[in-house]
Amino acid sequence: MPSEMVSEYEVSHARPKAFFARFERKDELQHQTHYCPGCGHGIVHKMVARAIDELGIQDRTILISPVGCSVLAYEYFDVGNVQVAHGRAPAVATAIKRSRPESILISYQGDGDLSSIGTAEIIHAANRGENITVIFVNNGIYSMTGGQMAPTTPLLQKTATTPFGRSAQNEGYPLHMSEMLATLDAPVYIERVGLGDNKQIAQATRAVRRALDNQVRGLGFSLVEVLAPCPTIFKMNPVDAQRWVRDVLGKIFPLKVILDRTKEAQPRQLPEPAPALDRIPKILGVANEDLPEGNPAAHDEKAVMDLRVRVAGFGGQGVLLLGEVLAEAGLDAGLEVSWLPSYGPEMRSGTSNCHVRLSRHAIDSPMVMNPDVLVAMNEPSLRKFYKSVPAGGWILYNGDAFPADCEQDDIHVLACPFTRVADELGDARACNMVMLGALLEIAGVLRDVNIDAAFKRLVKSPRWMELNGRALAKGRALYIESCQEVCNAY
Amino acid sequence: MRKQLMKGNEAVVKSAILAGCRAFYGYPITPATEITEAAALYMPPSGGVFLQAESEVASINMLYGAASAGVRVMTSSSGPGISLMQEGMSYLAGAELPCVIVDITRAGPGLGNISSEQGDYHQVVKGGGHGNYRTIVLAPHSVQEMADLTALAFELADRYRNPVVLLADGFIGQMMEPVEFPQTAVEPRMPGWAVAGTKETRGNFLTSLVLDNDGLEKHQLDLEAKYRRVEECEVRAEEWQTEDAEIVLVGYGIVARILKAVAAEARANGIKVGVLRPITLYPFPTKNFQRLAKTARVFVVVEMSNGQMVEDVRLAVNGARPVEFFSRVGGNVPSHEEVLGIVQQQAGRILSEMQLEEERMTNA
Repeated sequence: MPSEMVSEYEVSHARPKAFFARFERKDELQHQTHYCPGCGHGIVHKMVARAIDELGIQDRTILISPVGCSVLAYEYFDVGNVQVAHGRAPAVATAIKRSRPESILISYQGDGDLSSIGTAEIIHAANRGENITVIFVNNGIYSMTGGQMAPTTPLLQKTATTPFGRSAQNEGYPLHMSEMLATLDAPVYIERVGLGDNKQIAQATRAVRRALDNQVRGLGFSLVEVLAPCPTIFKMNPVDAQRWVRDVLGKIFPLKVILDRTKEAQPRQLPEPAPALDRIPKILGVANEDLPEGNPAAHDEKAVMDLRVRVAGFGGQGVLLLGEVLAEAGLDAGLEVSWLPSYGPEMRSGTSNCHVRLSRHAIDSPMVMNPDVLVAMNEPSLRKFYKSVPAGGWILYNGDAFPADCEQDDIHVLACPFTRVADELGDARACNMVMLGALLEIAGVLRDVNIDAAFKRLVKSPRWMELNGRALAKGRALYIESCQEVCNAY
Repeated sequence: MRKQLMKGNEAVVKSAILAGCRAFYGYPITPATEITEAAALYMPPSGGVFLQAESEVASINMLYGAASAGVRVMTSSSGPGISLMQEGMSYLAGAELPCVIVDITRAGPGLGNISSEQGDYHQVVKGGGHGNYRTIVLAPHSVQEMADLTALAFELADRYRNPVVLLADGFIGQMMEPVEFPQTAVEPRMPGWAVAGTKETRGNFLTSLVLDNDGLEKHQLDLEAKYRRVEECEVRAEEWQTEDAEIVLVGYGIVARILKAVAAEARANGIKVGVLRPITLYPFPTKNFQRLAKTARVFVVVEMSNGQMVEDVRLAVNGARPVEFFSRVGGNVPSHEEVLGIVQQQAGRILSEMQLEEERMTNA
């Protein structure tokens, strides 16, 4: 044998720098790994380690160890190591890469991990084009748990969980994950290689290196599927197991470049640099200088002021906004406030309601079960809540006539077709603000300046600003008119 | 500091970013969705990562990844999604990775409905995943506390290298109250144990796997010792007029707000009522109960569950005093009148007991 060949042979056996010098779990058997004789993992590990060496990325590399026979992969690789739950490696790798874009992520997964329990995670990581490298070792069987069927197990193959052979009808067909992933728009490189003979191994070595190099260049998602032997479970000697990979597994899962967009792929954009720390409150909109000072009114500390309002109506009537304006204006007036919405499925149709409290003192419960003022924007809401109004309370009712059977002693009522009034003002949707105007006149706790401040925060369009202003004024006038009518009646 | 009106769900996100959180992974679900939406809006301009995950299973494992990389990270969900996260929470606790999980609870079981309930207490407080582990659980009862306890959650998560859950019912997440925030942001810092793809962190390794039995036993004993420290140092509870209380009302979240209103009215009517509100559900404020058991005559636990926290109260009180229980479930809320009725009933019982005691004394 020529000396160069000997030399080449020796080089290929040298320990890559990316491997630890010692295998701590087998202290007395340093020449052995925990893998069985003839197992594919040892060969794939070495391909990965050599690629890390060649690309000079040892410090930057983080290996995600999966669940399966390669669960202990971290015992071999002298890189950053994270061991994760079954099938979740792509999700974990995604998050590490997103926060540490300079790191090189290797998601090392078996066929059970990637093509069964982790199908969702691998598909979505691939579809997002995460700039990670996936090494998918497919031996067509669950090895660590002792030889049960994998999604990639050949038809008719007997396993511990297909004792009569895998049938298409019962267990489906061998799953071609790489081909499935290649239907996505984002991945840049997917190749299936094998460990079936030396020529295949040489190609596999090149593919693994390419997949890592793509990541170094920032191109995006790369996956190498490696068909690998498991002599122990297949009860074969290593040579026969290797031959089985080439002649049986390789026929079901043809070796080829399944997808290659590396030429046209553009490096993924790195995130924008983080803003200066002192800008964060401003970005969040919580900086004091950006918040209104408010317009608290001078008031008697001892005076009791505790307004409880329930607003109810159909979804789309602006029930929640009415309450929000009230609460926002209360805050502007220096009061304690709370706003509690009903957020049930009724939001999409049917009824909606909210509880609002304004108080001079700390608010214990934000729930308003017995409102001082009930704003009933439709009849179902009136019927649902009218009995909850205590004596001396008010009901604002949006309707032509207040239903006679809802009348109660000691309850004030202002019934008016507020929607029609709003429509005449320019938009029926301003009904809520007409009713708010009447409510404010009844409660008499807030000043115009408070309402203006609330509008400024909540209403963006100038048209609505103007319309809401007129709606409020109309509501106030309606209340005052109604009082005069009552006076005249006497 | 100036206050602004804000939903609890939004306050959580702003507080998290101020507390140095720079990654959010989540999946929409009512009534927690505003958290995911606010994170989508505020995380990227703050220099953080936001990603809508394909599922809660993926979300929680993304937390595992970000936490491994030494980043303060958060997710949010509600019951059905929290169920899916239990696997990941077990791994996070096992690998001792800090993160914050916000659970805005709704009614179950199964799809249940989207109204407020407190039926996730057992799942969250006892640890719904496999194995011996604990998560720290904080229970805010106002929007201000949603903000404050979120910041605390990140501190505790890092201090103990442990997942922390913020457990709030849908009302607390959905309601708006005035809230104020600190005006300085915490600087994100990478802990020394992180795996960040750098020369300095190359030797680091994170896992929940400990293959040999002795090694795993030691790991678990270390975790237990950590949990004992948490129980020693991190108990938080609010007591309201408990000093002379004969009746102690117990509740957390929105229920505690109702209890305060009931207690105020009962006090005004001359009934000696107080409120004990656990703020940390784990660690549970056992000592507060034991102390009050010496002076109070009865504990009344009110929950929006079928009786979950009440088990911890009974363990804490340990038979020293009767523990009564009242609940509404399915999205219904215990009403002021219902709870007040129970208080009055208990007050009547206590009064007749006292009269009996007096008679006995006189006869003796």
